[in-house]
Amino acid sequence: MDLSTLPRTELLREVTDLIALHAELIDDDQLEAWPDLFVEDCHYSVLPRENADRGLPVATIFCDSRGMLVDRIVSLRRANIFPVHHYRHIISTSRIHEVRSDAIVAHTNYLVLQTRNTGRSFVYNAGKYVDEIVFSSGKFLFRSKKAIFDTDLIDTLMVRPI
Amino acid sequence: MLNVQDTAVGKVSTDTEEPIGCRIPYSVFTDDAFYKAEQEHLFRGPTWNFVALEAEVPNPGDFKSTFIGDTPVVVTRDKDQSLHVVVNRCAHRGATVCRARQGNVPHLECVYHQWAYELNGDLMGVPFRRGIKGKGGMPADFDLKQHGLVKLRVEALNGLVFATFSQEVEPLTDYLGPLITKHVERIMCRPIKILGNQRQFIHGNWKLYAENTRDPYHASLLHLFHNTFGLYRSTQTGECLMDESKRHSFLYSKAGSNDAARDSEVYQDSRSFDTSFSLQDPSLLAGRSEFPDGITLVILALYPNLILQQISNTLAVRQIVTHGPDSFELVWTQFGYADDDAEMDAIRLKQSNLIGPAGMISMEDGEAVEIVQQAVSSDRKARSYIAMGGGGADDADHLVTEGAIIGFWQNYREMVGIEERVS
Repeated sequence: MDLSTLPRTELLREVTDLIALHAELIDDDQLEAWPDLFVEDCHYSVLPRENADRGLPVATIFCDSRGMLVDRIVSLRRANIFPVHHYRHIISTSRIHEVRSDAIVAHTNYLVLQTRNTGRSFVYNAGKYVDEIVFSSGKFLFRSKKAIFDTDLIDTLMVRPI
Repeated sequence: MLNVQDTAVGKVSTDTEEPIGCRIPYSVFTDDAFYKAEQEHLFRGPTWNFVALEAEVPNPGDFKSTFIGDTPVVVTRDKDQSLHVVVNRCAHRGATVCRARQGNVPHLECVYHQWAYELNGDLMGVPFRRGIKGKGGMPADFDLKQHGLVKLRVEALNGLVFATFSQEVEPLTDYLGPLITKHVERIMCRPIKILGNQRQFIHGNWKLYAENTRDPYHASLLHLFHNTFGLYRSTQTGECLMDESKRHSFLYSKAGSNDAARDSEVYQDSRSFDTSFSLQDPSLLAGRSEFPDGITLVILALYPNLILQQISNTLAVRQIVTHGPDSFELVWTQFGYADDDAEMDAIRLKQSNLIGPAGMISMEDGEAVEIVQQAVSSDRKARSYIAMGGGGADDADHLVTEGAIIGFWQNYREMVGIEERVS
């Protein structure tokens, strides 16, 4: 399917749905389903704006395959020690930055609130998604997702995807 | 009778019904009195503090703003390539002079009243010094030379830049001692390139992290990833050694010494030794042998504010910045070598998943510090008990020791004092 022939409103609806589902799976702790929103040969990174702005490559989380996404989740469940917490994503309207025949590039602001067992919620991570979305096996999926975050003083640690 | 030595840090007498070992009152982690004393006597005292990698300020005019303890400082590269470190506080009325984290400037200038300083901190000029139309201005005897930024002593070792407020402290390599100097030089063996920063805010006292990084005992028990995938196990060939003063520690291990049969017997059903956990994408652990000595993990804890590490192919400095008795910031700066090829760049980038605030083998340390801070906060008379490895500040040719933690506390006692400050 040549995505550039589709109406913009339809593309925007698909983009919005996928990004909303991504947030909901994480917030609802359905993390095992989260890697399924990506193609096999994907790229996912959570990187400080400080590095992005300076052209430095280090990301806080860097995965270049769906297997690595799965490994992050298995590790969270079985290996890592961290404060009990929930996320709540607040997502802005997406803007379609570019439509190519095989991919949509969309920019979306996000806010992740975190709540630990003290019961207080705080802004844990504020940033911008730069997403490259493709139509693959009958579904819209992320080929690349970058969460470039402003909140570069990470509170305690980061175990859950953004 | 047991061999004893009557000191509150290190081995103590059984005659006093104290078990052998080191006990630290928890108020060192919670009381403001300790925090204020250590800012003055330790961070602004006779210690060399890490402030930058030279590669962060490569060109004339480059600057980096950072902190020693909680005192703001600026590191600058001068026109003649020399390095300077000055307190980031205008000599006039105390405003922050450099407000950006890093940049390049011909000179430093305070925005408040435009007092301008050379890159070495000398005051160049003051607006309206002679007044306007004969009115106002500074006193006639105002001397620019008397009003520069506070200058620190600076020394660099193979690309690591340190500064001190002290005029008395020995030169840097004497302060580090030959063992630590040698292993700093081992990692900083050729020009580096900066790969990026990560910053982590930990709700705990900075000294809990000083303990954590001198503690080979916890690493295979807290960090399942370390143990399960054999990156680090206490069964490995390795040592935990200190410099002569016991301020700094050098912890290393060799993953090549793993022995599946022996290790599974030692760890048995330990939570952190999970033989059923395998990676879907093991490329995370695919690296290159980089050092001929076979050492795959090095944690150099340099008193008081730096950790220099090599974990597999990750290279990084971790700088401790204090924010108060109950919080500190950890600034991770990852680097590679300037001559790394594209494949090595990719290895370091992928393995950076192991370290930092989201690191598979480091994130737990943030939680470990916080669960101590949360439990000790209200009980000021209670004390810890540190004795693994024999209870003294002793080197170990194994990884089942807390000797370097005791070495840290001996130095802290001498520099800041402990018992006399417990209220």
